[in-house]
Amino acid sequence: MSLKDKLLSSYIAFEDHLEEDSPIHDIRNEAIKVFEAEGFPTKKLEAWKYTSLNSLLKENYSIFPKQDHSLEFKQVKKYFLHDVDTYKVVFVDGVYSSFLSETTHDKIDVCLLSAALNKPKYKPVIEAYFNKAAKQDSLSSLNTAFAKEGAYVFIPNHKEVEKPIEIINFSTGNEAAIMLQPRNLIVVGENSHVQIIERHQSLSGNAVFTNSVTEIFAEKRAYVDYYKIQNDNTNASLIDNTNIWQEQESNCRVHTFSFGGKLTRNNLNFYQKGERCDSTLKGITILEDKQHVDHNTLVHHIEPNCESHQDYKGIFGDASTGVFNGKVVVEKEAQKTDAFQQNNNILIHDKATINAKPQLEIFADDVKCSHGCTIGQLDEEALFYMRSRGIAKKEARALLMYAFANNVLESVKIPELKVRINKLIANKIGVRLGFEL
Amino acid sequence: MLKIKDLHASVEDKDILNGVSLNVNAGEVHAIMGPNGSGKSTLAAVIAGKEEFVVEKGEIFLDDQDISEMDPEERAHKGIFLSFQYPVEIPGVTVTNFIKTAINETRKAKGLEEMPASDMLKKIKAKADMLDIDRKFLSRSLNEGFSGGEKKRNEIFQMAMMEPKLAILDETDSGLDIDALKVVANGVNKFRNKDNAVIVITHYQRLLDYIVPDFVHVLMDGKIVKSGDKELAYKLEEKGYDWIKEEVKA
Ligand SMILES: Nc1ncnc2c1ncn2[C@@H]1O[C@H](COP(=O)(O)OP(=O)(O)O)[C@@H](O)[C@H]1O
Ligand SMILES: [Mg+2]
Repeated sequence: MSLKDKLLSSYIAFEDHLEEDSPIHDIRNEAIKVFEAEGFPTKKLEAWKYTSLNSLLKENYSIFPKQDHSLEFKQVKKYFLHDVDTYKVVFVDGVYSSFLSETTHDKIDVCLLSAALNKPKYKPVIEAYFNKAAKQDSLSSLNTAFAKEGAYVFIPNHKEVEKPIEIINFSTGNEAAIMLQPRNLIVVGENSHVQIIERHQSLSGNAVFTNSVTEIFAEKRAYVDYYKIQNDNTNASLIDNTNIWQEQESNCRVHTFSFGGKLTRNNLNFYQKGERCDSTLKGITILEDKQHVDHNTLVHHIEPNCESHQDYKGIFGDASTGVFNGKVVVEKEAQKTDAFQQNNNILIHDKATINAKPQLEIFADDVKCSHGCTIGQLDEEALFYMRSRGIAKKEARALLMYAFANNVLESVKIPELKVRINKLIANKIGVRLGFEL
Repeated sequence: MLKIKDLHASVEDKDILNGVSLNVNAGEVHAIMGPNGSGKSTLAAVIAGKEEFVVEKGEIFLDDQDISEMDPEERAHKGIFLSFQYPVEIPGVTVTNFIKTAINETRKAKGLEEMPASDMLKKIKAKADMLDIDRKFLSRSLNEGFSGGEKKRNEIFQMAMMEPKLAILDETDSGLDIDALKVVANGVNKFRNKDNAVIVITHYQRLLDYIVPDFVHVLMDGKIVKSGDKELAYKLEEKGYDWIKEEVKA
């Protein structure tokens, strides 16, 4: 049975278990129809030209974990931040782990989507926001159909959330192959601030296929800082669909650090629904072996006087492949838009490839839009310069790569996270750091 | 200290050095002058080990050890330092972090411990002060957006930090105004002692008023065609190179 068929028949069983009066009952039923009609995307689609899901679809995934697998904290300690206190929403094989989590209902809600879907008091929020920002494409729809668990974050107006929130999805490998579909809903009220770190982490070499959807709503003057750490095992693949709705003068920033995994596709969509919004999309991708990362970004400038800043850096070793497909749409009404996009890549080996395609669709006439894309090798002259100062070739190469990627980190606002990412980069590149940049 | 014998080098099948011989002893300053394109920078780069250049023939000895097959970093560890005519910009690595890495990598190669951080800081401060380098400058990305003069001063700062045996200064004076020239020359003179040596590559006699050479060599078409004392530099300044060409032909 194909994965698609398996999902469709699982859906029937799944829906049977759910309560009829679920606020999203109809949404689910519509969504599964979209998936049924469209199926998994293929390379025939323009947006999937360079990313094939074929190798993932062959596995026999279990769709619902059979049991609740508990983990000891010490097994997974290293995946959390240490020096700062955080809220934690943790899932193990798709099931909420209260033991590893630290949620709150004290003035803000940092808890579970399952609770929000089932308890009447959350119904107005669910009705107002759920599935309003998500795309209605086949993969997002698949997630919507099966949506039942994930992080639910609701920050009322005028709240500065002092602790970062960590959302972590572990998979244990207790199943030979597992498909996970986390669904996160994040609503940040007017003038409120929040920092979120998201991570998907497989703890075994077994196949994991995650199809995740996150919806983020930033109300007026809200400030959202979101960090994605993608450093998963080599048999774990991720399709991440993150959709951000921004109201007037809100500021949203997403940093994506892609160092691991087998195949990663980041669909990152920003919609500027009010004036003077600011959107930042930054990424560092460092790949080796046959890893594949595809960044598919969209910034939709709908209202006037907004800004967007995109800066993606990629370093591709061995036979790894990268895709950067950055689309910026500036609507006719969106005058005085300032949209900046930069994508720089270094190919370290002959077999590595990058497909980069900026797409600008500009319908307003008074705008500032710039984009730049470079694909290159390490600078030989710089290497000789460093070597002539006693820095060995390997170190010099590493230091150059490190320096190339590093400026993206300047905007990381959580110091411990910055140090952690710094170390991940140093590790990945093989540079022995005698200092901190 | 440095013995070069009948050195021939080429790049992309083009012969650039055509039999250079040069002896530099400890405690000496040698100036190499010559018209543009005569091969001065190539000679410096070949001594420093740039792989682009192919040594076709000849020998390069440092302290009786043949270094012509060594990697650039190995030569640096043995005490060769090249101040670049065109220092390379390295965004993302600060001046301080670069020099720390260079020094500690060199110490590591020699089997020494890393330099204690406090010693490193003291040394950086002393050398920066000597060269009139502002503290803020040290936390900027290496050479990125530096003026020509700042780049050269920074090269001499690195030389002062690394304390090489043999320093080759390739047109360190170009881009410097007279005050900066004096500061840089002073830095070089403070560095000099009886155990090290300096090769100064320059177009102008001017620098040699401050860094006084023991020998002056004229490089033309990849060959040293004339050597003399500092008077030769004055003569070149005054008369240009044509008279030497005539002499060589004759
Ligand atoms: N990388 C290179 N590729 C090809 N030709 C080169 C290269 N480097 C130098 N040359 C040539 O070698 C000759 C000597 O150059 P150079 O050593 O820079 O001279 P100088 O420093 O005396 O001005 C010039 O004709 C120059 O064009
Ligand atoms: Mg030159």
